[in-house]
Amino acid sequence: MKESVLKRMKDLPSSHLLGAGTPMCAGCGGLEALHEIYDQVGAKSVFVNAAGCMTLLATYPFTPFRGSWLYTAMASAPAGAQGVRDALDILIDSGRLPPDEDLATVVLTGDGAAYGMGLSATSGAIERGLDFLYICYDNEGYANTGQQASAATPHGAQTSTTTLGYAGYKKDLFGIWAAHRPTYVATVIGAEPLDLARKVQKAMSLAGPRLILALAPCPTGWDFDPQYTADVGRLAVQTGIWPLKEYVGGEVVHTKAPKQRLPVEEYLRLQGRYAHLFEAGGQAGLIDEIQARVDAYWDGVER
Amino acid sequence: MSRELLTGNGAAAWGARLARADYVPAFPITPQTEIIETLGQWIDAGDMPGRMVTLESEHSVLTAAGAAAATGVRVFTATSSQGLLYAMEMLYTVAGWRVPFVLVNVSRGLAAPVTLESDHNDIMAARDSGFLQIHCATCQEVLDGVLMAYRLAEDERVRLPAIVNLDGFYLSFTREPVDIPDPAAVDRFLPGFDPENLAFRASQPISQAVAVLGGSPYSYFRYETHLAALNALHTYADIAQDFAAEFGRSYEAVENYHADDADIVFVMLGSFATKARDAVDRLRASGERVGLLRPRVYRPFPADDMRRLLAGKRAAIVVDQNLSVGKGGVLHAELASVLYGIPKAPAALLSFVGGLGGRDISAEEFFEMVTVARQAIADGVTPPPRLLYTEDELRELRKLQAVAEVERRELGGKR
Repeated sequence: MKESVLKRMKDLPSSHLLGAGTPMCAGCGGLEALHEIYDQVGAKSVFVNAAGCMTLLATYPFTPFRGSWLYTAMASAPAGAQGVRDALDILIDSGRLPPDEDLATVVLTGDGAAYGMGLSATSGAIERGLDFLYICYDNEGYANTGQQASAATPHGAQTSTTTLGYAGYKKDLFGIWAAHRPTYVATVIGAEPLDLARKVQKAMSLAGPRLILALAPCPTGWDFDPQYTADVGRLAVQTGIWPLKEYVGGEVVHTKAPKQRLPVEEYLRLQGRYAHLFEAGGQAGLIDEIQARVDAYWDGVER
Repeated sequence: MSRELLTGNGAAAWGARLARADYVPAFPITPQTEIIETLGQWIDAGDMPGRMVTLESEHSVLTAAGAAAATGVRVFTATSSQGLLYAMEMLYTVAGWRVPFVLVNVSRGLAAPVTLESDHNDIMAARDSGFLQIHCATCQEVLDGVLMAYRLAEDERVRLPAIVNLDGFYLSFTREPVDIPDPAAVDRFLPGFDPENLAFRASQPISQAVAVLGGSPYSYFRYETHLAALNALHTYADIAQDFAAEFGRSYEAVENYHADDADIVFVMLGSFATKARDAVDRLRASGERVGLLRPRVYRPFPADDMRRLLAGKRAAIVVDQNLSVGKGGVLHAELASVLYGIPKAPAALLSFVGGLGGRDISAEEFFEMVTVARQAIADGVTPPPRLLYTEDELRELRKLQAVAEVERRELGGKR
């Protein structure tokens, strides 16, 4: 494994490889993360995409990607990556393609595909030991269709299909991946670019199934002003709601554990999807419940 | 060349092997499984180069197949029935990618009720997807059809994926003598895959299968796919000629069995047409001028051939092994659409639905269909569509229902 040379923010590139002028919403936390990720992945890559917000990145005849792209369908981007990877290997092994023409095979999906419809294809790809990087931009709902609740929606969050707050609990995709014992799993967020870049760099130095799971603050879906995307992201980490961690070699390591966690209220208050928790006579008890769950998580980590 | 007893599934596997398929994404399903088992065993034993990967669903199989073809390798896969429908989203999708590869479908009826036996509802469900379709009646045709399907799919005038269809059980598990062509002859007929513009490589970034905004580009690309499929008609004629020159077996887009001088013609797809062939022989022996037309190429639909071959006939009897619920036989409807308004179209176009879920069609039923057609000609009235189903069968079914009824009462169930 290559040692990280990214020590401080100024080690990060000053301009992005991914082109500007995409049709993503203003303040898209997913695009913020993708810019930072793509700088590390590089243009020698093919992005295999599933239906979601970022499907609109490549709209005929434009693309912000310097490298290649293949749109598949909502459920089967990992299978598309399997086909591309296997075909590249066949071509290289049989001498029909020079090895320097090889590409990194990258899956790019939202949480709708990653946590739900595409989970079977993902599980299959991990179990087969597919050499691929999976990037999930997790905006905690079916954001492209107007933020309906998905399996990644946190408990209590309002969505366009759960106007009283989501009754379920956000699925632990990190844990689901880790249970497959893949090469690498990491959570990241665009608001912590150094931590993100180190993890993507590490993932790119490894072979096998690898997940980069990026929490993607979503101004339109979470109902906050686009100027606060970075703030919401930082608060997700500082309140302990979005633990930054990685799984490698069977071990889970927290890469940026907040020394003193801020109250979850500070994160929730910024977002309209939680406004009902702060209304008089509303569901104020839920804030305590959310705080208790975050505390319990970190108690488990620190123990 | 060698001659062996092969099942339809074995013949399909030989087709893939002789075509030197690079990549076989696979998922098992009855009655197709023998195809991928055979290929897997050959690859493991080193008898066949290539790579096989078992995915977790047919939807993923079709995605991987399309993605690998889009990367520039020759792909083969196989499925059946529920598997074909599970993959249906990707059938439409990868056809739109314009990636040539071959999918063998072993036809089997669709749930519900669930069955393992053969009919054509599965393959009919794929007719609008953009996949070309070649329908086989014998095990030899299955092997040859796979080779021809690669040529057709990969032709620069076409560039579309193709399905080679064979009937479950009737062909998949039936052994027939099959000529296995000499690999060198196959290489002459079917050179290695030229991916043309299909590639992912570091030095030439490309975006494939991107979104479009608005109906205009969508209409353009979708209709272009349609035109490419139509190109496959004359392309098929060229390929069939090459095939006959190399292997001595001739496969026109429509099999014509004694139709030229017939006044009544059966129209059927697949292996059940061999039953019709036998019935034609027997009817001709008793002086009836009947014949058979069997489209081998079903997509693109050989409309001009069918018009030409049916012009001047007194009646056409379409036997559909499928049922479009709420409409009737699909082939009948399609044939009506190509015959309507042409001069000398058959006066009577009769519709029979038969052979659903593996049900046999007997010689007597073929004779009866001709009797009904003669009556239609005499009366000048085409009878309504009819299900081939005998009184004996109905009596047997009533027995099953009686058993079910007794059990239901015994258990105090409602009815």
